[in-house]
Amino acid sequence: MRSLLILLEKEFRQVFRNSAILRMIFMMPAVQLLVMPLAADYEVKNVKIVVVDYDHSPYSRKLVNKITSTAYFTLVDYTDSYNKALTLVEKDQADLVLQIPSAFEKQIVREDKSTLFLAINAINGTKANLGSAYLRSIIADFNQEIRLDWVQFPRMNPQPVIAISSINWFNPLMNYRFFMVPGILVILVTLVGAFLSALNIVKEKEVGTIEQINVTPIRKYQFILGKLIPFWVLGLVILSIGLLLSRLVYGILPAGSFLTIYIYAAIYLLAVLGLGLLVSTFANTQQQAMLLSFFMMIVFILLGGLYTSIDSMPEWAQWFTKINPVAYFIEVMRMVVLKGSTLHDIRFHILATFGFAVILNGLAVWNYRKRS
Amino acid sequence: MNAVEVNHISKRFLKEKSNVDALKDISFDVKRGELFGLIGPDGAGKTTLFRILTTLMLANSGNASVDGLDVVNDFKEIRKRVGYMPGKFSLYQDLSVQENLSFFATLFNTTIEQNYHLIKDIYIQIERFKDRKAGALSGGMKQKLALSCALIHKPSVLFLDEPTTGVDAVSRKEFWELLRQLQQQEITIVVSTPYMDEAGLCDRVALIQEGRILQIDTPKGIEQKFEQPLWQMASDNMYQLMIDLRGFDEVKSCYPFGQHHHVVFKAGTDVAAIERKLLERNHHQLEARLIAPNIEDCFMELMTTTAHESH
Repeated sequence: MRSLLILLEKEFRQVFRNSAILRMIFMMPAVQLLVMPLAADYEVKNVKIVVVDYDHSPYSRKLVNKITSTAYFTLVDYTDSYNKALTLVEKDQADLVLQIPSAFEKQIVREDKSTLFLAINAINGTKANLGSAYLRSIIADFNQEIRLDWVQFPRMNPQPVIAISSINWFNPLMNYRFFMVPGILVILVTLVGAFLSALNIVKEKEVGTIEQINVTPIRKYQFILGKLIPFWVLGLVILSIGLLLSRLVYGILPAGSFLTIYIYAAIYLLAVLGLGLLVSTFANTQQQAMLLSFFMMIVFILLGGLYTSIDSMPEWAQWFTKINPVAYFIEVMRMVVLKGSTLHDIRFHILATFGFAVILNGLAVWNYRKRS
Repeated sequence: MNAVEVNHISKRFLKEKSNVDALKDISFDVKRGELFGLIGPDGAGKTTLFRILTTLMLANSGNASVDGLDVVNDFKEIRKRVGYMPGKFSLYQDLSVQENLSFFATLFNTTIEQNYHLIKDIYIQIERFKDRKAGALSGGMKQKLALSCALIHKPSVLFLDEPTTGVDAVSRKEFWELLRQLQQQEITIVVSTPYMDEAGLCDRVALIQEGRILQIDTPKGIEQKFEQPLWQMASDNMYQLMIDLRGFDEVKSCYPFGQHHHVVFKAGTDVAAIERKLLERNHHQLEARLIAPNIEDCFMELMTTTAHESH
């Protein structure tokens, strides 16, 4: 016990003496939480549109006005040459081309119908999809309006109409940040747990201090605990800073209880610390540890459901998320923060995470040989 | 019971798909209270041997005991009793001198105060830097700190792996004096060094090369085994002198040694005739003197003969 205490004391001393780590611990959550949610936003704004107007009628102008008056579209050019518009797309200065045929107004008035042409730059798939969807709904709206000018609808619609109105549960205003911030917090906690702990242990190998430690009567478990406990504490500290920041900056107050988050995080940290420990048993230099953790983190984050919904992944990827601890924590965070889930609701997540903790730590201990 | 017993230890490493024999059937004993030196060039296997004896590595074959305890079965007990100072400075550079020392003292379940008498002579020299980070110490200071940390639990056997490598001449001398003092505390010391001039400071030395022990004896004993007469030669053109000497059939070996060349002639060579030949070749201020061999001469001799045998 005394050995463990002195190991812990030493570890904390080293952490607090290392200004780079300290800065990372306090700056990383701040920067990530302040910048990332603002930048990582799925709502598409500022879709750049070029209008090719062959008609120049009051109706065509009315349509263009309607489009540009929304925040979604920026009119880049208003021209009468399709080729010119296409050049703008090629130069990536425009995302959408809307072509209004000549006699657009005439056709609507006389024949009660007309055709519009839409060309979409699909390099950025999300933007193309959403942009064209927005535009379609604006055109549909426009259609409705001008028809009202001409046709007097009967009081009762001749066809039965089903009106759909939706309500967004758990995030009524569809605030994107409520969704992103808890996820980013998970990434932060994971970085500290897996990255820093792996680097720290490998440093002992690289500098050679482990050699001196190994000839002392210290037991294997004492050494490992001495390494894991400080980072377990640091992980919870980061989580607290993150929760505080998201409360202060984004006004996010978990719908569920903090206790649920902390209980889960405590178990989750055991799992990622095990991962860090496992990495450290493979790597001999900090550089190797860094690259290995980096690779794993990228995979975990991309397949963790932070940016893309797990439900829309192909089946094999969905299976992979089952063995991805990050995916579990992201889901738990969203469940607790947005939905107010209780310990009972996340019991299977807890069980799975505990399983990871046992397996990863077990592998690490098995692989860590004090004697070679 | 000897402090260290090594019986037929062999160690093989797999390097780039070929086996490298780091230690080949090594056996020797170190008596209690002895200052035992392992002398050999870089890559001779000294560190590997130390790592096996300090339970950090397992040998492929053979057995060894330290303080009467088997290095494989009783490794836990051995770790309580030995002090090890690796060749590379292995203390925490970001902890201060004092912190390092008390850290290692606590790991061995003791305190600085309890064994202060052991390290007093060494520690007193670095005590005024006790709040300085270990990484900011000079090379000699680092060695003293490392030695203090290795001693703080009063080990019965102390293993020092190349403690004087990279340390200036004055500090080296001081360091050996410290070791002599430690010997009086009934601590067995096994020290390795690539410097042959340090061999004479040990009670007994083992000359080791390419994983094999060439000879074990007291420094005096090793010197006495050098049976051929050894000549010390010099002239105004030392380089040409070496080339010329090596060109003669009568010369068995010739290598530079400080300001002179040490030369061994084949039995029955007339040295006066050689000197005349050299004078004919325009060597001036020629001197040739019969001298007593030192341990380095013996080692050079042993190295060349074993190299011939193994090839």
